[in-house]
Amino acid sequence: MIGLSHYLLVGAALFGLGLFGLLTKRNLIAVLMSIELMLNSVNINLVAFSRYSATDAAAGQVFSLFIIAVAAAEVAVGLALAYAIYRGRDTVSVDEMNWLKW
Amino acid sequence: MWADFSLHHAWLIPLLPALAFAIISFFLLRSPWLAARLAIAAMGSAFLIALGVGWAVVSKGITVEAPFVMKTVWFSMPGLVASMGVLIDPISAMMLFVVSLISFLVLIYSTGYMTDDPGYARFFAFMSLFAASMLAMVIATNFLQMFVFWELVGLCSYLLIGWYFQKISAREAGKKAFMTTRIGDFGLLLGILFLQIAFGTLDFGELAVKVPAYVQQNGAALLTCVALLLFAGPIAKSGQFPLHVWLPDAMEGPTPVSALIHAATMVVAGVYLVARAFAIFSVLPGAMTVIAWLGCFTALFAAAIALTQREIKRILAFSTISQLGYMMLALGVGSLTASMFHLMTHAFFKALLFLGAGSILHALHDKADIFEMGGLRKSMPATCAMMGIAVLAIAGIPPFAGFFSKDEILVAAAHVSTPLYIGASFTAFLTAFYMARLFLVAFFGEENPHNHAHESGMSMLAPMGVLAVLSVIAGIVPFTMGFGDWVRFGPAHHAGIDWGIASASTLIALAGFGLAWAIYGGGARRSDAIAKQAGVLYSLSLNKFYIDEIYQWFNRNIVTGLARVLYWVDLNVVDGIVDGAAQKSGAVGAILRRFQTGQTQHYVALMLMATVMLTLILAITAGAVAGGGKI
Amino acid sequence: MENGGLMHTLAFFLLSGITLAAAMGVVFKQNLVHSAFLLAVTFLGVAGLYMTLQAEFMAAVQALVYSGAVAVLVVIGVMLTHREQMSRSNPPNKMLLVGALAALSVVGAIVWAILATPWKVGKGSVVTAGDIGRRFLTDFAPPFEAVALLLLAALIGAVVLFKGGKAQS
Repeated sequence: MIGLSHYLLVGAALFGLGLFGLLTKRNLIAVLMSIELMLNSVNINLVAFSRYSATDAAAGQVFSLFIIAVAAAEVAVGLALAYAIYRGRDTVSVDEMNWLKW
Repeated sequence: MWADFSLHHAWLIPLLPALAFAIISFFLLRSPWLAARLAIAAMGSAFLIALGVGWAVVSKGITVEAPFVMKTVWFSMPGLVASMGVLIDPISAMMLFVVSLISFLVLIYSTGYMTDDPGYARFFAFMSLFAASMLAMVIATNFLQMFVFWELVGLCSYLLIGWYFQKISAREAGKKAFMTTRIGDFGLLLGILFLQIAFGTLDFGELAVKVPAYVQQNGAALLTCVALLLFAGPIAKSGQFPLHVWLPDAMEGPTPVSALIHAATMVVAGVYLVARAFAIFSVLPGAMTVIAWLGCFTALFAAAIALTQREIKRILAFSTISQLGYMMLALGVGSLTASMFHLMTHAFFKALLFLGAGSILHALHDKADIFEMGGLRKSMPATCAMMGIAVLAIAGIPPFAGFFSKDEILVAAAHVSTPLYIGASFTAFLTAFYMARLFLVAFFGEENPHNHAHESGMSMLAPMGVLAVLSVIAGIVPFTMGFGDWVRFGPAHHAGIDWGIASASTLIALAGFGLAWAIYGGGARRSDAIAKQAGVLYSLSLNKFYIDEIYQWFNRNIVTGLARVLYWVDLNVVDGIVDGAAQKSGAVGAILRRFQTGQTQHYVALMLMATVMLTLILAITAGAVAGGGKI
Repeated sequence: MENGGLMHTLAFFLLSGITLAAAMGVVFKQNLVHSAFLLAVTFLGVAGLYMTLQAEFMAAVQALVYSGAVAVLVVIGVMLTHREQMSRSNPPNKMLLVGALAALSVVGAIVWAILATPWKVGKGSVVTAGDIGRRFLTDFAPPFEAVALLLLAALIGAVVLFKGGKAQS
């Protein structure tokens, strides 16, 4: 009844939500949270594939575990960066961080 | 034997003066005495070879129909073969004789005339270059060779007219000469190009066959236009109206230059070109009519101006224009013989007239107004006598040279068209009048106390003497020895003397003399009253019919105006396009720059859109390739 | 392994509902603290989904690491960068429409791909923690070590960034 496509659709919806948050949120922390959502959606995809159609099931989950580890590291560093910016420029609004230009 | 040698080495004739030019230019500029001797030696040798060529033509019976030709290929490309060579027939032999002899005499004269000039050696170099170019042009086998040396002759004219380059008037005269002849050369070049394209050859011999055949088949209309284009060159070079304006100003050059170039040799280059290409012109009646009428008009026009001029060289300059008109008239009515005959005799007596004028100028330290001279026959008897001979020759008094040649022209004109004959005869009357006027005013009457004239030295008088002898015999001798048998186009005609026309022309000349005597004879100067009576006509004539002023108006308003318009176009349109393109790039850049906001979210959004579009495109095209997608 | 069944279906819909609702809360709510807590709920929801996929070890790790550590870190971050009043601390920016368009187009593309592809569904085997462990130490040993290094680097980096530029004090 519930097949691969269902899980994939959930993953897609989650990814879309994360993407929307990435593009439209003004607070830097909120952007980081949206990135976490996207990473989770990828993980759902991987595990679903591992369960339903992988020839090598364990590899899918191992891959997901790696992603979790990397995501954790990334959150740590990202938040440290956000704090550093906050301390230096006294802002966490992404709109004001426009120094990547001419 | 010498005739044979000369004939086969006729290419030496232009080469020797050219070598003299080169050697003087490179080595002898500091040795004027040596430079002059070298130039004269080269010219003399060239003259001797020219004599040999003439002897060869007569003894071997070379005719205009069957000339002696030697040529070699200069360069060739697909569709064009340019050759250089030597074409000897009675016409070119006569030209070689005349040009080399007069060059030789003028060079000897220059040793006396140009003694105090700082550029003495350079003068002989330029004169040698000119002689070389003229001689090479005369023996040309094809239009290309002729055009090359035609231009070279024009260059020498420019260099020598502007000889006294410290004077602005001389520099301007040089430029005027070059530019006016350039206009004519443009037409000439167009004509040459057409001939090359249409007939694939510029060789005179080949064209003499191809052009009449073409006209026979296709009619004369197109070729008449081409012939008129070709004729544009002679109009400018031989001082026909309306491109005659450079000749009077060319008198700024030293008198030997005027004698050689602007009287005897260069200006007849145009006449020679028409004569050389007579096979083309003679089958185009429209062109011949234009040539004849233009020649007659020029003759009359220039004579009318010469009536009132005061400077001695100007009078002679307009006289030259007038006589060139006679030569063109003769060609236009179909008589090559008459034209060439007159060319030869005119060269002799016109050169003599100029050399005599130079003698006077040299003695009077460049005072040129004849009304400031007077009574010069007492202080310069030899010059007076020889100028007198020249005046008689130009007026056409038998048995001097000019009578026979002018008579031939009048006969030819009378056979073709009575108005032309009347015009030519009236011009003869005017010619006699103004020449006598010059002679009487300069040589007779009271001596001007400011002048300290003395006779010129032997170096100047000897060449004049030779020319004086030729002015006497150069008419009757060729006439009786059958000039018309050799120098002709088509069958020879032995008309003998038309006593009616001959006596009429003599009477007309004498009438001209009489009128001059009435006004200027015995020291009287009754011209002022007449001038006042003539009023408008007098001032028109004195101001050369305002042709120069018209040209200057045209130049100032139309040419300069056009230049200003084009300058505006260049500034606004051309630069506008370039600047506009640059400015548009800048504008586009300014717009595109706004995409770089520095905001990461904007960048992410753009990348996302791009990725989505790429994916769609790939999916659709891959689906199309694989034969229908899934949707 | 069950092939479906009512319970599975119910569980799936419930858990995905919770997950997606919480995710929408994270993205649409304008209170940063609310978003942070709802993020934790989302993580737990995902863990539940792993359970339905019979990936128990994954579920455990997800709950431990994500909602146990990452969510806490996020809350600490919120605390440290605290700005104006909390209720409006997570506003949307000017790109609302464009962002929605972009997200919708991406999702649309993915959904189309999902629905258009004929997936080959197999039986699938059971994956135990032991299997995963074994794979980590044999096939995936090098990446395993690399991740360890990565975590070390991240640790040091975070500390340095927190301390500030100058090494002293």
